[in-house]
Amino acid sequence: MKRSILIALSALLLVLLVPGCGPQPQPPVQPDTTAVATDTTALETFPTREPVKRLLVATTTSLYDTGLWAYLEPMFEDKYGVELDILYAGTGKALEWGTRGDVDVIVVHDRPREEQFIADGHGVSRTPFAYNYFVIVGPPDDPAGIRGMAPESALAAIHANGTIPFISRGDESGTHAQEKRLWAAAGFDYDSVRTAGDWYVESGQGMGPTLNMANEMRGYTLSDIGTFLAYRGDLDLEALVDQGDAMRNVYAVIPITTARDSVMAHNMVDFLTSPEIQRLIGEYGVAEYGRQLFTPAAGQDL
Amino acid sequence: MDKLAEAFVIALRLIVSGNPVVIEITLRTLAISASATTISCLLFVPLGGLVHFSSFPGKGALISVIQAFYSVPTVFVGLIVFLFISRAGPMGSLGLLFTPQGIVLADVVLIAPLMLGLVIDSLRSVPLEASDTVRALGASRLQAAVVVASEARLAMLSALLVGFGRAISEVGAAMMVGGNIAGRTRTLTTAISLGVGMGETAESIALGLILISLALVVSFSVHALGRPRR
Repeated sequence: MKRSILIALSALLLVLLVPGCGPQPQPPVQPDTTAVATDTTALETFPTREPVKRLLVATTTSLYDTGLWAYLEPMFEDKYGVELDILYAGTGKALEWGTRGDVDVIVVHDRPREEQFIADGHGVSRTPFAYNYFVIVGPPDDPAGIRGMAPESALAAIHANGTIPFISRGDESGTHAQEKRLWAAAGFDYDSVRTAGDWYVESGQGMGPTLNMANEMRGYTLSDIGTFLAYRGDLDLEALVDQGDAMRNVYAVIPITTARDSVMAHNMVDFLTSPEIQRLIGEYGVAEYGRQLFTPAAGQDL
Repeated sequence: MDKLAEAFVIALRLIVSGNPVVIEITLRTLAISASATTISCLLFVPLGGLVHFSSFPGKGALISVIQAFYSVPTVFVGLIVFLFISRAGPMGSLGLLFTPQGIVLADVVLIAPLMLGLVIDSLRSVPLEASDTVRALGASRLQAAVVVASEARLAMLSALLVGFGRAISEVGAAMMVGGNIAGRTRTLTTAISLGVGMGETAESIALGLILISLALVVSFSVHALGRPRR
């Protein structure tokens, strides 16, 4: 009989699910007849108890990796009585989620694409609330000799050297967009840079893995200062180029037009630009990293 | 080498100390994988039986197609499920994206070919004499099918374990469909992925060790429970 299988299965389920009953989702006990369709009755078997208000926020990885969101999340949840679900992704992916209506608010760092996003009707408004700086990091012995240069000259020197790897994010993130702008400012056509040689490496990954790759390959990369400081692994890399307005990295919050709860989405804008949270953002990380990670920027045109 | 050993020590300490976040992620991962495996069982054991016990043109080709999908990439399943349950997609109104239920759905789709194919395989592996004998003794076709299924139950248990193993170990679909939201859709594999990205090697090793231990515990208990009683 198949009974032994059923007994084994149900025992397995019991063992697995009973301790997890608290905040855990429970499995739908009534599967539908096709693999792809799960109907609403199956959904309701997950204990939703009271309908929980949720706000989905997609944030750029740097704000997540520095721990800023973990710090701010409970404050927002307490103040507005909402469950904050935070997704971290590069700016390109956050914008894509916003376009599809899968998130309610995005927090990103690429002004030209943000303005296009709003012009296309996907976002309600763009509100800058903080900034910091991009840095070009590399091996301490600085084989291409870029230390202290302006960012454009530094890229030109790396390009001219042609043997030391430069690791690009290559993922349409805000940092990648900044890198492209810097190449353009340095007088290079980005497509030709991409194919200029083996020294130009596209990681296609987030900032952390890209920093790690630069470390392993003893090369250079462009990073936001927050992620570079917050990275907990061992990096034998130094910030070599860190000056100039061209390196400013502005974070902005955009409520999505199709947000499930547009009032709550706007609360996020009010929250991030409120004097108290602005002060906390400015102080965040100072004790841990010995320097300011973010400069509050509410009300500035950045 | 010292660094690696050190990371393992920190990892073990993390596990032993019963970190609440680690426990929460572990329980969620188990619940998601067990749900997906259970749903798959309820769907694909009967469906596999239906395919095996009936004869129709193109049956061999169908089985080949099912087997070809054993190795369907998890990120591709993730992408397809994402497109279906995204708000702009055909199932968008269900609100499954970035929920644990969404990951369960993706896992069911992911392990469907594997479960279906292995169920059919386990039924095929029962010697023909088994059903011939009971038919000769006057059993109906349905009764004969029950006998064959009963003979195949251990092989089916293995199928279940393989499905559970693929569901619990995959990261691509869980990341794309679940979004790795802390306290909601973070699973062991997506947490490992995040930890590696942030340079938290010891934490990632700890989660990896838990994942391996879970696989061992589940495998042993299923086999113990499924052993025939004589």
